[in-house]
Formats: sequence, C-alpha cells, structure tokens
Amino acid sequence: MRDLFRGELVRITAEEPETYAKSEIHWHRDSEFVRLADSDPIQLSSEKKIKEWAEKRFEKGLQPDRYSFAVRTLDEDKLIGFLGLGINLIHSEAWVGIGIGEREFWGKGYGTDMMKLCLQYVFTELCVERVSLGLHEYNPRALRSYEKCGFRLEGRTRQDIMREGRRTDTLWMGILREEWEAMQNNPMVE
Amino acid sequence: MFDIQTQLFESQDIRFGPIDHEKDPEIESKWTHDSEFMRLMETGPARPMSAALVRKQYEKLEKQIEEEKNLYYFTIRAKANDRLIGRAAVQWIEWANGNGFLRLGIGAAEDRCKSYGSQALRMLLRFAFAELNLFRVSAIVAEYNEGAIALLKKFGFVQEVCRRKSLERDGRRWDLLVFGLLNDEWRNQA
Repeated sequence: MRDLFRGELVRITAEEPETYAKSEIHWHRDSEFVRLADSDPIQLSSEKKIKEWAEKRFEKGLQPDRYSFAVRTLDEDKLIGFLGLGINLIHSEAWVGIGIGEREFWGKGYGTDMMKLCLQYVFTELCVERVSLGLHEYNPRALRSYEKCGFRLEGRTRQDIMREGRRTDTLWMGILREEWEAMQNNPMVE
Repeated sequence: MFDIQTQLFESQDIRFGPIDHEKDPEIESKWTHDSEFMRLMETGPARPMSAALVRKQYEKLEKQIEEEKNLYYFTIRAKANDRLIGRAAVQWIEWANGNGFLRLGIGAAEDRCKSYGSQALRMLLRFAFAELNLFRVSAIVAEYNEGAIALLKKFGFVQEVCRRKSLERDGRRWDLLVFGLLNDEWRNQA
C-alpha cells in the first residue's frame, strides 16, 4: 500500500499545539503570506490565542468532516506549512486550503507536492467525489501549481476582493474523482 | 439623484419586514414539509421542521445577526395583510471587501410565479447596493433551479463559476452555479 502521509518533498504531520503556534506566529509576521492565504483583513493575534485556536482546530480534526494537519519537509524535518480540509459528507465534496508559511520554500515544488499528497488522501482515504478550492488571482504561482495537480479552473467571481485599493477576482477550481484517477494511471498528463 | 423618498422595504404587492416570533414559525414549518422547496433553497438535506424547531432557528439567526454583524434578514410579507410569503437575506458579508451573498425564497407553491420573487429581488438589490454599499453580490444556485436562474439573469447577473458535479441528488451529481452582479452593473440598469 501507498504511504498516505509521505510525498517526494514533504510529509503530513500532526503537531503539538505549542509547536504549531510558534510557527504560525512567525508566519503571520509575513503579511504577503497572509494576504495570499486569506481574504480577511489581517489581525495580529497573540501566541496564547493562536495556541488556543490550534488546539481547537486539531480537536475539530477528530470529527469526520474536519481535517487539519501540518506539513514538514522530508530532508530537514522543518515545519513549513499547513493543510486543512472540510468535507461535505452529504454531497461527498472536500474543500481544501494549503499554505507555506516559510517563504524560502515558495516556488520550489513543495506546494505541488503538498497538494498531490492532499488529493491522494482525500480521494483514497476519505473517498470523496470532488475537491474544491479558491485562490486570489494575484497568486499565479498557486494557480500553476494547482493546475499541475489536475485542478481545472471553473470560473472567477469578478472583482471579489479589495486589496491595496484595487479590486481583484477570486478564482475557483475543482477536480473530479475520475479526472484524478485518470492522472494516476497516466503520469504523462503532468 | 438622491432618492430617499422611495421606500426601501415596499414594492407593489409586498414588503420586507422583521420576523414575527408568534405567527411565522407555523407557516415556515409548513414550507419545510415541501421537499421541493427545501431542495431549491438548501444544499443541505431537506428535512421537515416543527414550529418549535423553526422558532429555535429564528433565535439562532437573531443571535448571529447581533454577534457577527454580517447578515441582514427580512421576511417577505403581503402588503395587503402582512401575511408571510417568503424570506430574503444578504449574508456572509465581508465588509473590507464589499461583497456578500443573496438568498431569496417564496415559501408556498401558490405564491410562486406571481412576480413576488422579482419584486423581492429588486428590493434586496437596492438594499445591498444603495444601503449596505456593497461593491458586488453573489448568488449560488443548483443547475436544476431554473426559476432562480431565469430570475437572476433577468436582473443582469452573470454566471461566473460552474462548480461541476458539486451536489448529489436523486442518484446523480449536479453542477452548482455562482452568479454575480456588480454595483455598477446594477446602477446602469436602473
């Protein structure tokens, strides 16, 4: 059987809340990271608060419709990012969000490896029919990476977000089970 | 033109009003026993609800309005006798980004196709764009909801996203469509 938690560059882990909070507070100093990952205005939260959230998030992760993990590199075992899943059990759909807080790991294939692991996990272990995600149009690196993983662009909500005085679109992507399976059988698609 | 005279909450046959905790739960409970209505309004599983359950939902709703400040909720009533006809809301508002989602439903089958939905959407749009000053609004509908799609198109909404096979009902999967309308587009029609 395949190792569900190990890719080519990264592995999926569960962290102690203290460890995770230390990383997240460090990531949140980087406003570019937060603005790529989210659309809410940035609130700088205390380590105590972030730890509480992390605890809550990891506990929620024990429910059948919430999964919240951390991601570490294989070579140095460095905690570089997160992976979160929300499952709609009724309609068999997963929503996914990933992020790399350590910016020196941007643009080197780590995100793509994370997303591939994530898709393998949701399609083979959670057995959903479809995976969805959203991203900002000003994040072309993410768009390319998700396309590499097999996601298709399904549309854009026009001028959805206001950042730095400019309106920008939100892009929406999806991948169906049969599309993912076809890619597994035919690696040339990549 | 600064039009403060034209009433925001009145049209030819209907008005927007608040919840009536005494009378509304019984009527809304009846609507929930109509599975067709529930499947047009909700992506969650249709389920009949007692008046007592509806009353609890109203309390939850009012708590949410008070605490989260990102939801405006109206009951739709007949102008002549205040009879409850449906409900309308602007929800999931992101104030920093000036966006939100619309919801609209005419509860009883005999009240549909009488232009109440159209009158309600006209008021809801004016509220969203001229009172909340949103930059854009979205509406999510299932591909089988032809009535809603026709209504949205009539008001100039553009289909922006097609979330393929996102909904499972009656043994097959259906697309979810996201429609959007910008404040400018709305203003230029008026």
